[in-house]
Amino acid sequence: MTFKVIVKGKASGKIMKTGTPINFLGAVDKKTGVIHDKKHDLAGRSIKDSILVFPYGVGSSVGAYTIYSLKSNKSAPLAMVCAKADLSVASGCALANIPMVIATELDKLEDGKEVTLDTESDKLITFRE
Amino acid sequence: MELTKEEESALKGEHGETMETAYRILVAIGEATNAEKLVPIKWAHLSGVNYNTIGDAGEEFLSKLSQDAKVKVMTTLNPMGFDFDSVSKYNLDKNFIEKQQSIKQSYEKMGVIPSFSCIPYEIFDLPEKGTQVSFAESNAAIYANSIAHLKTNKESAFSALASALTGKTPYSDLRINDSPNLTINMKIDEPNELAFGMLGYFAGKVADNSVSISGVSEVNKRSCKSLCGGMGTSGRCGKFFLGEGKENAEKIDFGKKEMQSIYDELNTSDHGDIITLGSPQLGLEEIADLSSMLKGRSFEKRCMVFCPRVVQEQARKIGYTNELERAGCEILSDCCTCLTPLVDKNEIDSVTTNSIKGAYYLKNSNGVDVNLKSLSQIIQDETK
Repeated sequence: MTFKVIVKGKASGKIMKTGTPINFLGAVDKKTGVIHDKKHDLAGRSIKDSILVFPYGVGSSVGAYTIYSLKSNKSAPLAMVCAKADLSVASGCALANIPMVIATELDKLEDGKEVTLDTESDKLITFRE
Repeated sequence: MELTKEEESALKGEHGETMETAYRILVAIGEATNAEKLVPIKWAHLSGVNYNTIGDAGEEFLSKLSQDAKVKVMTTLNPMGFDFDSVSKYNLDKNFIEKQQSIKQSYEKMGVIPSFSCIPYEIFDLPEKGTQVSFAESNAAIYANSIAHLKTNKESAFSALASALTGKTPYSDLRINDSPNLTINMKIDEPNELAFGMLGYFAGKVADNSVSISGVSEVNKRSCKSLCGGMGTSGRCGKFFLGEGKENAEKIDFGKKEMQSIYDELNTSDHGDIITLGSPQLGLEEIADLSSMLKGRSFEKRCMVFCPRVVQEQARKIGYTNELERAGCEILSDCCTCLTPLVDKNEIDSVTTNSIKGAYYLKNSNGVDVNLKSLSQIIQDETK
């Protein structure tokens, strides 16, 4: 797995993974972190306190505020891992101080696994038994 | 990314907390887009104005930021939630109005021009070709790149804000290379603005950050804005070229089948309780068009028309607004079909509109059904 650090940090938690891009403004409840877009494969689940693994963010430029609001409302993911860069997610995480990386081989990260993500470590992700 | 000594010290917090935050955002998006340096910009256009979208956390952030932050370059602003001139006629809660007022004041305190418009390219003089700008509103970024020959990435609310506060942006993506690797062949005959909006929405889904569109010789203003609005809604594409594109580019068709599938995704009702026109907001040319299309006719239901304040004032002087108001239009400024709380699902089940961008947000954010029709069809079906 190769990766690039966008926002530094360390977090431990459970992976929540989707192959579908996320429209933060349109699809995520900024108070609870629940994905309320019924067409999204994470529909009904909350991204709160997860290590969120997804391809990239889409949609409105205001999605960056949604990420900041999630953090203020204590409903944000602990960290985000994306396949591609997008300015809303990168800038939202930068302001909210949510560790964020762009990484390859996301298939190694399975939904539900307990991991520690550390942007200062060469391994980035360690699986916890 | 290489930073100058001064940029480095700002990032370390030596120029205060605001500059540290702004540079932290610029460095993150610079890293995310593999930029090698920061370059100056001449104009920033900000999103994140409507209390509906940024909420309490956004309102508090801006209030705190505005205590010492000042923009360094010309900075304009997206629409907010409503029009202060007419808000008393709507059933809007007091908290919303107060929070919106606070957001408005925070931006004004930072030195931002209170334009409250998603079409800055129609109401301000454009800088010379090739000028670097930072536009967060997606339809405006696409228009700036594709029609106005300016240079911007499809900025986020925070990246454009950081650019406004520093006068800089990472030099990356569309600012350097805008060459499309995909050509979409438009196969719809005599397309109206609705077809162009659906073409844009389709392009946003399939294209990377730029696209060529073949099979289109010219696009009028209304259709062009509809194309930009649709494209900005569905994906990350920030620029289009009209023409055949590169020989080795991937080619796909946009024909009746593709258009039908977009229509089926966004059209959820066969009628609307009200009509909304304007997302993007209407410019003077479109207001003039609308007033001549309405000559002697009147709407049989409520029709909300959204345009920038300055356009409404010009239209009032020329007399276009008389014709629109006689025909039953409610003319609103400083807000837009997209994400206005004035379209309330407790009072309205469905909306007729010609806006693809409006359709997406009316359905997904306001929670009302949408009936899509071209403007000429709306005039034909809904006026007498």
